[in-house]
Amino acid sequence: MSENKAFTLDTRVIEFQDGDTIMDAALRAGAYIPHLCHNPEFEPHGSCRVCVVGVNGRRISACTQPATEGLEVDNSSEAINKERRALLQMLFVEGNHVCPGCEKSGACQLQAVAYYTGMLDPHFTHFFPKRSVDASHAETAIDFNRCILCELCVRASRDVDRKNVFSISGRGINSHLVINSPSGKLGDSDFSATDKAAQVCPVGAILHKHTGYDRPIGERLYDRQPISVVGDVAEHEGKDHG
Amino acid sequence: MNSVEPISDFFAELNTFVGDRPEQLLQYLYRIQYRYSFIPPQAVQLLAARLGLPASAIHGVIEFYSFLHDTARGDFDILFSDSITDHMLGSRTLAHRLCERLGVRFGEPRGDGRVSVDLTSCTGMCDQGPAMLVNGWTVTRLDEARIEEIARLIETTTPTDEWPAEFFAVEDNIRRRDLLLTSATSIGSALQALLNKGGQGILDELDRSGLRGRGGAGYKTANKWRFCREAEAQQRYVVCNADEGEPGTFKDRVLLNSYADDVFEGMTLCAGVIGASQGYLYLRGEYRYLLDPLQTALERRRQAGLLGHNILGMDGFDFDIDIHMGAGAYICGEESSLIESLEGKRGIPRKRPPFPVTSGFRLQPTVVNNVETFLAATEIAVHGADWFTAVGSGQSTGSKLLSISGDCARPGMYEYPFGVSIRQILQDCGGEDAQAVQVAGAAGSTVPQRDFDRSIAFEDIATGGSFIVFNQARELLDMVQNFARFFAHESCGFCTPCRVGGTLLKDLVDKVHSGHGTEYDLQQMREIGALMRDTSHCGLGTTAPNPVLDTLDKFPAIYQSRLCDSGYEPAFDLDAALQEAKQMRGQDQDTTHFETEP
Repeated sequence: MSENKAFTLDTRVIEFQDGDTIMDAALRAGAYIPHLCHNPEFEPHGSCRVCVVGVNGRRISACTQPATEGLEVDNSSEAINKERRALLQMLFVEGNHVCPGCEKSGACQLQAVAYYTGMLDPHFTHFFPKRSVDASHAETAIDFNRCILCELCVRASRDVDRKNVFSISGRGINSHLVINSPSGKLGDSDFSATDKAAQVCPVGAILHKHTGYDRPIGERLYDRQPISVVGDVAEHEGKDHG
Repeated sequence: MNSVEPISDFFAELNTFVGDRPEQLLQYLYRIQYRYSFIPPQAVQLLAARLGLPASAIHGVIEFYSFLHDTARGDFDILFSDSITDHMLGSRTLAHRLCERLGVRFGEPRGDGRVSVDLTSCTGMCDQGPAMLVNGWTVTRLDEARIEEIARLIETTTPTDEWPAEFFAVEDNIRRRDLLLTSATSIGSALQALLNKGGQGILDELDRSGLRGRGGAGYKTANKWRFCREAEAQQRYVVCNADEGEPGTFKDRVLLNSYADDVFEGMTLCAGVIGASQGYLYLRGEYRYLLDPLQTALERRRQAGLLGHNILGMDGFDFDIDIHMGAGAYICGEESSLIESLEGKRGIPRKRPPFPVTSGFRLQPTVVNNVETFLAATEIAVHGADWFTAVGSGQSTGSKLLSISGDCARPGMYEYPFGVSIRQILQDCGGEDAQAVQVAGAAGSTVPQRDFDRSIAFEDIATGGSFIVFNQARELLDMVQNFARFFAHESCGFCTPCRVGGTLLKDLVDKVHSGHGTEYDLQQMREIGALMRDTSHCGLGTTAPNPVLDTLDKFPAIYQSRLCDSGYEPAFDLDAALQEAKQMRGQDQDTTHFETEP
């Protein structure tokens, strides 16, 4: 009943089905809209705002906006790109993202989207928050310095693993990821390295132990091709692209 | 107040009337907080077991709401209202005086646990400030004498219910009555009208009246009710938004104090029209003093057959109203956040679509209206659409309640027909010396003198009711700074632009305010503000930069006059940054300080 419905993404015609968001349809068609908190396996979230697109002069998040017939979606004008870059810069200064010292460098979605949008510096004043590292779990470490609050681990643990290991606490700029265990430590929770929640982090916040630097710089996920070609980190999880 | 029962006893007592649905979490926490001055770890465990929630999620809720704490506050927990109107009345000086008298620092309980003093967002007492909350109870009209007396009462451990009653007196201060407040409507007459005209009849009347939501967004009320009525559902809900958090607004406080029956009647009317059997009044935590009188009013209506089963003898018309308390979160005035909060969660705004009229409380169709909207609906049902449309202008039918405060001789609540000019209002309230008026609160617009002939109306200057007057002697940048801090504090933290941008913007305003800003910083403010406006997830984020963007355009001089001369100024003070290291090396002499450029 809905075979011929379509909208345009820049110059490209994208077909969609009833119930699709702009992001759903674009992903299916292989068209890239930059994003961080979106993962098609989970309910759309709409928090990072990196997938912001222009429709009729308004800005909307592609991951939450239902596709409608005849929409003309701006996904690549310089104005849109500049806004995405500023949002990414905000994420960079909010946490402590020291790419040269991060084992995820080269295989990090935040870094890859930043490259894609042409971000060259963090621009805004750094917050330098005091955050900790949780290495209490035998197989998995959490570096809260790099968390971007995408809530993918929260959603995966709640909706797939049914463990509710993660949640968000605090408010505003003090929002932060917390772990549901008596001590607040990951090692004290039900978390397992085989959980879905261990496979969805787009940045270097949830890390598999004992595999860091296995893959040399130059051969990492985004070292040779941009994220628009390679796709999300989560799509490659478990395939040794670390 | 130290002699409280063990948490398990209190918990058992609470359980009998709060129930054990997870959505009751916030209601439990609110009550536990005020009993124990914090949420003890044992309470979190009990709640986790009782409500089937992860302990981390309970902590997530505690940390979201300003009035909930996981460490003990003082036995007397004092929060000074930090609205710009309180500032203008001298609140900061009084707060420091109290801290000095009690030997306590802001934000930290005193060593003996007796008292803590901190700041909170606007408590809705702008017409009778400066105001504070003590253990959740509102104290108004603070002055030096009251501060001295409060210090004495605390040092003598006098329970708050033995404090002088006049400290807690909240006046209505109704200064001008028009359409709504002069109409004589007897209790139950709107429901009688429903009985006579039927749901569709009332809906038609409401539609013809052109009534639009009074909270500020201005959505047509009849449409909201109709969409909800027509949505397929197991259940439908009526929610009254009494989370009156917009700085400078207090008209709902007055309505709930003196017109509660008309508000409850409006909710019941709505229930009859849409087919709801349960309603909620979401009352902001700051209005704790209104809770008991409102419960009494509800009970009176039950006794009178205006709530409960077969209302007014109409077979199958069952409806009742519960009151849910907020706990210090401005964002919960946004209707989908309010619904999340009603469900006991962190007040994070939902994605739209779906809208609450099709998927609201418990994912069922829900009407969320402002206190004033329900009151207006009651009057329209009784007096008819023509009565209502005889007043107002253009797209804005009827009247509007304004909360007027700031630099004026007669602060209080004023009811005006839509279309009234700013100049007329200033004349009436004794605010002729105004250099500007902040209309619609922190997220509203700053109206300069040249625009005083513009009018209050949806199609001109729209407002939820806040109207703050600033006289010629005021520094408008103080207002901008207060609002920027407010929004940074009240951002829920869900989306990047509001969470990070709000704090960046606040820091830049502080930088300019302290005389360290440059043209470059003003440009940054414009860019960050535009990004927040265009890309934020909800209305809070999109309007949070308004006070900055609006005053940059209309009052550039308030910024320009404070800029330092250089093209670039770092965001930090190098000398201050090195201070700790110098002290550790014993080098804190004048010679080791950097020269500051003039």
